[in-house]
Amino acid sequence: MTINAIQDEIIEEFELFDNWTDKYAYIVEIGKKLPDLAEEHKTEENIIKGCQSKVWMTARMEGDQAVFDADSDAIIVKGLISLLLRVLSNQTPEEIAKTDLYFMEKIGLAQHLSMTRSNGLAAMVKQIKLYAVAFQAMNA
Amino acid sequence: MEQAVNKTLDIEKIRKDFPILQTEVHGNPLVYLDNAATTQKPQVVLDALNEYYSATNANIHRGIHYLAEKATAQYEETRKAVQSFLNAERPEEIIFTRGTTEAINLVANTFGRQNVGAGDEVIISTMEHHSNIVPWQMLCEEKGATLKVIPITDKGEIIFEEYEALLSEKTKLVAVNYASNTLGTINPVKQIIEKAHAVGAKVLIDGAQATSHLTVDVQALDCDFYTLSAHKMYGPTGVGALYGKYELLDSMPPYQGGGEMIAEVSFEKTTYNVPPFKFEAGTPNIGGVVAFKAAIDYIQAIGRPTIAAYEQQLLDYATPKFAELEGLRLIGQAENKVSVLSFVFDDVHHQDLGIMLDTRGIAIRTGHHCTQPLMDRLDIPGTNRASFAIYNTEEEIDKTVEAIKGTLKMFR
Ligand SMILES: Cc1ncc(COP(=O)(O)O)c(C=O)c1O
Repeated sequence: MTINAIQDEIIEEFELFDNWTDKYAYIVEIGKKLPDLAEEHKTEENIIKGCQSKVWMTARMEGDQAVFDADSDAIIVKGLISLLLRVLSNQTPEEIAKTDLYFMEKIGLAQHLSMTRSNGLAAMVKQIKLYAVAFQAMNA
Repeated sequence: MEQAVNKTLDIEKIRKDFPILQTEVHGNPLVYLDNAATTQKPQVVLDALNEYYSATNANIHRGIHYLAEKATAQYEETRKAVQSFLNAERPEEIIFTRGTTEAINLVANTFGRQNVGAGDEVIISTMEHHSNIVPWQMLCEEKGATLKVIPITDKGEIIFEEYEALLSEKTKLVAVNYASNTLGTINPVKQIIEKAHAVGAKVLIDGAQATSHLTVDVQALDCDFYTLSAHKMYGPTGVGALYGKYELLDSMPPYQGGGEMIAEVSFEKTTYNVPPFKFEAGTPNIGGVVAFKAAIDYIQAIGRPTIAAYEQQLLDYATPKFAELEGLRLIGQAENKVSVLSFVFDDVHHQDLGIMLDTRGIAIRTGHHCTQPLMDRLDIPGTNRASFAIYNTEEEIDKTVEAIKGTLKMFR
């Protein structure tokens, strides 16, 4: 599936919820389901500095696709990571690098989560794009 | 003086004084429990701001026209109000700043630069806000001086004997808070000051958290410097004050250079104005300072003993209710506390809890509260913090406890 098709799918899923408690309940649920990153990957090197919670991420190439794994010590962030990985992991670096992420905005999360909280995620998106560019350079 | 608190205190009436408390957040009535970060503003303060800009606005001092005189008079009225609020000896001992942070930086850059040298020591405590740590670190680094830190107990109280052991003739300044924003601990500042003076050190009291809760008397405390932030006292943001003993202020070099702080300027030499003007360079936040007086008057009208007793009652009501929540650990269990309740759940991240309470319109603060060294000492990444003010109610506490219960279920 293309990145935008997945974004649209998520937007549609969130249209089913009519209040924030339910949206968050869903995010918490997928957060719990996201597999933990192995402890050996939770290193200082893999950390993405958010404001209040920690996010760790690893990246690798599988065939022509970039694959990301990430984890957080906070569950809601983990749920958001899960959404982000669904959109951006297992895509080609070319697609990732040129992608315009709009689903966070559309489902209202960007507005609901204050900047300090979304900062960690913004930093994560940036990191994913940096990896994508680096992978592209390696393949070139 | 005002012992029978609740007979005279009509909280519903007080709540009506604060327009923001009538609003909703995410479809729920706002429950505002982030008062240690900043308090909400009563209508009288909003009116004073509006009135100032509608009917008074002019630049202060030196103006000869009507509005300039009026603005100056109002600005100086606030100085007198702060003087009397802190029981300072003279209005000239009150310097307006942007807040506690600027007040501390002012002292570090003037008194500190003048009096702290290589090999000297500055003492702070483990439970200081970053704004009472970093300016001293910067000073010590510049001067080759050493920053010493008073250890605390697991309950969150200063270990007094350890403090005494740190004091020596090398100590030039002791800078501690009156009340901790993270733990609520009220520190024994009077005794701290006495001991510091005995070795010839000066003392700065960070009163950011204490001033809206306790009756402060800088003369009885005998502190050399005292700082406060108006926005934590129902007043506007961008306004604060530094109290300093007059002789000390007089002997200190100026802070920033500019207009207002000078006596005479020529390209060869500038002579400085006297305190407090020596330390108030440039056009200050006049409207904010003027409206700050309305906040002080508001506090005075209710009465600080009344406020303290009511907030203590809220804390006493909330503490056991929170403590009953499964897995909750109270952070900060000092004997004497202001109305700050910090807590953690080892299995639920404070950020998750904070976000979920927010969806129900409940505002608490989560994180390290600008006290990272304290978090390190307690070996936690952050806390959840509910802090109460005069307009909070037991009903709001019940609501919060229920909301936390619901949230815990979701995460466990
Ligand atoms: C104990 C303490 N000191 C200093 C400050 C800094 O105050 P301000 O940000 O108003 O300058 C705060 C504010 O959070 C505080 O709680």
